[in-house]
Amino acid sequence: MQKYVLKRLLQLIPILLAITFLSFAMMRIAGSDAVEQKMENTGSAVSQEVIDAARRELGLDKPFLVQYFVWLGNFLKGDMGTSYISSKPVFSTFVSKLPATLLLTVTSVLLTIVISIPLGILAAVKQDKFTDYLIQICSFLGNSMPNFFVALLLMYFFAVRLNVFPVIAEGVGAKSVAMPSLTLAIAMSAKYLRQVRATILDELGKEYVAGAKARGVKFSVIMWKSVLKASLVTIITLLTLSVGSLLGGTAIVESIFMWDGVGKMAVEAINMRDYPIIQAYVMWMAIIYVMVNLVTDLSYRFFDPRIRLGGMEE
Amino acid sequence: MSKAVTVRAQKLRRDNTKLRLYIFLALVAALLLAALFSMRLAPYDPYLQNLDKAMQPPSASHIMGTDHHGRDMFSRVLVGGRTSIFATLALVAAISVFGTLVGTLCGYYGGRVDSVVMRISDICLAFPGLVFAMAVAALLNGGIGNAVLALAVVSWPKYSRVARGQTLAIKAGDFISAAKLAGSSSAQVIIRHILPNILGPILVTAMLDIGTMMMELAGLSFLGLGAVPPTAEWGNMMSSGRSMLQMYPWVVLSPGIGIFITVVLFNLLGDTVRDYMDPRNSRSG
Repeated sequence: MQKYVLKRLLQLIPILLAITFLSFAMMRIAGSDAVEQKMENTGSAVSQEVIDAARRELGLDKPFLVQYFVWLGNFLKGDMGTSYISSKPVFSTFVSKLPATLLLTVTSVLLTIVISIPLGILAAVKQDKFTDYLIQICSFLGNSMPNFFVALLLMYFFAVRLNVFPVIAEGVGAKSVAMPSLTLAIAMSAKYLRQVRATILDELGKEYVAGAKARGVKFSVIMWKSVLKASLVTIITLLTLSVGSLLGGTAIVESIFMWDGVGKMAVEAINMRDYPIIQAYVMWMAIIYVMVNLVTDLSYRFFDPRIRLGGMEE
Repeated sequence: MSKAVTVRAQKLRRDNTKLRLYIFLALVAALLLAALFSMRLAPYDPYLQNLDKAMQPPSASHIMGTDHHGRDMFSRVLVGGRTSIFATLALVAAISVFGTLVGTLCGYYGGRVDSVVMRISDICLAFPGLVFAMAVAALLNGGIGNAVLALAVVSWPKYSRVARGQTLAIKAGDFISAAKLAGSSSAQVIIRHILPNILGPILVTAMLDIGTMMMELAGLSFLGLGAVPPTAEWGNMMSSGRSMLQMYPWVVLSPGIGIFITVVLFNLLGDTVRDYMDPRNSRSG
């Protein structure tokens, strides 16, 4: 097990290097120059000398690879440069916005669990009955709606029509986190409900279930003590894999609900072509994603006794 | 006896799937035709501004109402559909062809190129899809073509993985060895024997992908990274109508319904194609 963890951690290094290099390269190849953009924003014509000076100041005149290694060195020291627009350090801006996004992610995952697991189990238990069809149709329809449409619909019904929640997030609180996380949870639940159903059905079809039933074990006991426990590994994996789409989804949802997290920051930065911020966002999202995948991988090794014990014998 | 019954049940289910396939194909064809001829079908000019008629709620003459420039929403949704639908189809066609080609070649030849290409696709997959697409689209400076390109860069590995896996499975088959012994060149083996055999799974992947890709493309437009106004496109129409949700909800909801119906149709067709191709259903056929 320890050996495996170490191996996986070592495998991370080239991937992380590739991520940093790629996000650096992408932003430097960019057609529109941040300096020009910055000058355009001032609205007045600027001489070439001023532009060159600004480029030198930002280090944009050096060769590409030199720029990358300088940037990587600084990055490892926690210095990700300064925003072209606000001139504030990128790293501290990013860190100050991160908790809001993490809160949103965690509440959405919790809501997804609360929605998709019970409904998935219900659909599996009532297989081919009305309840099952109803749940499956809901999941199909939920799957066919882009999350910004879900967000706007929720906003329309809950904020405009019923006035239950504020239209725009007012700070970070229980009321303002409700609609954005519900939006994300609806999209994810629609996807994972089916898979939860399939996993439970698969498990229910196994022989030990029939055996337990024949021995007169109550169905609820079989369900809770055996089937759910056995299905947990698959369900956990599915949920953590969803973090990838969740991270992308937060950008849209955060900007719709004016939720002050990294997603909204990234969208604003993209519109302003504020490359250091975009870079930080893409890179950190990729790093978080890779880490989450690693933790998933390790966690199901831990949860699944077959893999855990097999690993120890080695 | 019971075998005959299951065979009959399977045949029935297959006939049923076939019927569903025809129905959804017809509906999707109708949708594509409507999108293709949207400029002629539209009751009004989707770009003609008429401020006297701005912000009218849905009525008999404007069934989806009008927007803040007095443009007919129904006409705009129709014409916007052409942009959204054909951009998505072009995207899915491009990535499935490219991904299949790369995956098949990697699977067939293996070796160093294979491992390099697979590492590249690993790295593409290491980024959360939409985040990466956003970055690429930002880099390319907006526009629907660039949004398509951004999603293509992010999404092709999916197809190359399917194609590679299938190729590896088929490559080991006896008929491939037979074809090689009979003197077929590698190109002949790939074109005549491998590609026809892996097209099924690729087609299913592509059909199921259309809905997702359409939503992601609209998402990029919604963020201002896709089609730019005044071009009518569902994502940007919803984005520009966002501030009017409170007073004039139809401006936002009509294009949303457009996306929703289209994605539902493509997903239904995709599910049916998958059921149709599934060997579990076709074994008796």
